[in-house]
Amino acid sequence: MTRKKNTKTVMDKEGIDRCLTRIAYEILEKNKGTKDLVLVGIRTGGVYLAERLQKKISVIEEGEIPLGILDITLYRDDLSSAKRKPRLGKTKIPFSLDDKIVVLIDDVLFTGRTIRAAMDALIDFGRPKMIQLAVLIDRGHRELPIRADFVGKNLPSSLWQAVSVKLVEKNGADEVVIEEET
Amino acid sequence: MKLNKKDLLGIKDISVEEINFILETADSFLEISTREIKKVPTLRGKTIINLFYEASTRTRTSFEIAAKRLSADTINISASTSSVAKGETLIDTARNLEAMNPDIIVIRHSAAGAPHLLASQVKQSIINAGDGAHEHPTQALLDMMTIKEKKGKINGLKIAIIGDIAHSRVARSNIYGLTKMGAQITVAGPATMLPRDIEQMGIKVYDKMQEAITGADVIMMLRIQLEREKQNIFPSLREYSQRFCLNRGNIALAKKDVIVMHPGPINRGVEISPDIADDLTQSVILDQVNKGVAVRMALLFLLAGGHE
Repeated sequence: MTRKKNTKTVMDKEGIDRCLTRIAYEILEKNKGTKDLVLVGIRTGGVYLAERLQKKISVIEEGEIPLGILDITLYRDDLSSAKRKPRLGKTKIPFSLDDKIVVLIDDVLFTGRTIRAAMDALIDFGRPKMIQLAVLIDRGHRELPIRADFVGKNLPSSLWQAVSVKLVEKNGADEVVIEEET
Repeated sequence: MKLNKKDLLGIKDISVEEINFILETADSFLEISTREIKKVPTLRGKTIINLFYEASTRTRTSFEIAAKRLSADTINISASTSSVAKGETLIDTARNLEAMNPDIIVIRHSAAGAPHLLASQVKQSIINAGDGAHEHPTQALLDMMTIKEKKGKINGLKIAIIGDIAHSRVARSNIYGLTKMGAQITVAGPATMLPRDIEQMGIKVYDKMQEAITGADVIMMLRIQLEREKQNIFPSLREYSQRFCLNRGNIALAKKDVIVMHPGPINRGVEISPDIADDLTQSVILDQVNKGVAVRMALLFLLAGGHE
């Protein structure tokens, strides 16, 4: 039996695009250009957002900045208790992170545990000069002392709600929705 | 998807979906071995015992490296240096190891079925690293991974397996696996080295190697187990190599882009001529070893903890 879900759209295609445009400018402003700048998207949602940010940045400033893909599964803190093993995706960071400014990109910032895992993974790849965090949605409820440097939208939510970022690349449409079982 | 199993005992009893899931997971593990820091914290605090009752360099090292790259603690026990030499039975050894709470036991044994016996007696996950002439599932998985990478698929390929089929657990596991994945298998070897029931495995059997490798996409050469020469199953190495050694002459019968595989250790000039073994345009022998670590990392990852 499937239970009914209450779905509310909180951001549409244009909203997402404007957020990303602003974040792209903020990244460049904070880092004074693209020198030593690299983007790393967290699988899977973060990767599509990172690709879009890379494109936007390359339009604003000349040249393409490097883009990496990170799967954090092997760094999760709940693996030994997980009944079902998450599907492991490929990590591709084909450039050195030493002395780079890494902007980590994810779709939703929630407990902060994913970001903790991602930072541990990045540090196994080298010694970045700095790691910054960009997210489309910050929904609160942090369980670790982590905050984002660039936020598309702060979205106060309840723990029983699900916040999902749907993107054309994987869901066929761009929107951010809050889902609630009724 | 998940690997809904406590143990990996053989390829015979796993499904195509499970094989694909393992290979896909292994594919994601390849990258870790290319990093400068070749280690992820995934299996921190897990203990893996390598219980080897038979000599092994490649497989044991491969399992150990796989476990260490996942941050597990590994302990190697070889029969010659353990209480086995004092006459302890397999089950007693296993019960004692069990009492020390390892998470996975990897076992190689000269008796077919030893891993199955162990799996029924202890609660830990058991991985079969070769049991007698029965199965060597991780070898078949790494072979399938290599073929998939080089050929892009397994379904529809013509794969020739040459040599001592009867005594080869590598051949048996590969025949189970590759036929499941849709390959067409041909085998050739001396009559004394072909199992009697072999055609029932859904494969074509030839007594001439040339016939088996004609048009092949993949040639898998098996090791001649020199320790069996004493058992009179083949008259001489010279005669064997004249009929069944892969060389520049007979390899021309296969497809132009054929790949040559061998589970190692190779007997140069007996089952494979050195110029073919070393020709990296055709030989994928070292790719196999490379894939072995990734396949074993995937299995340790999928089997360690979290069973329902």
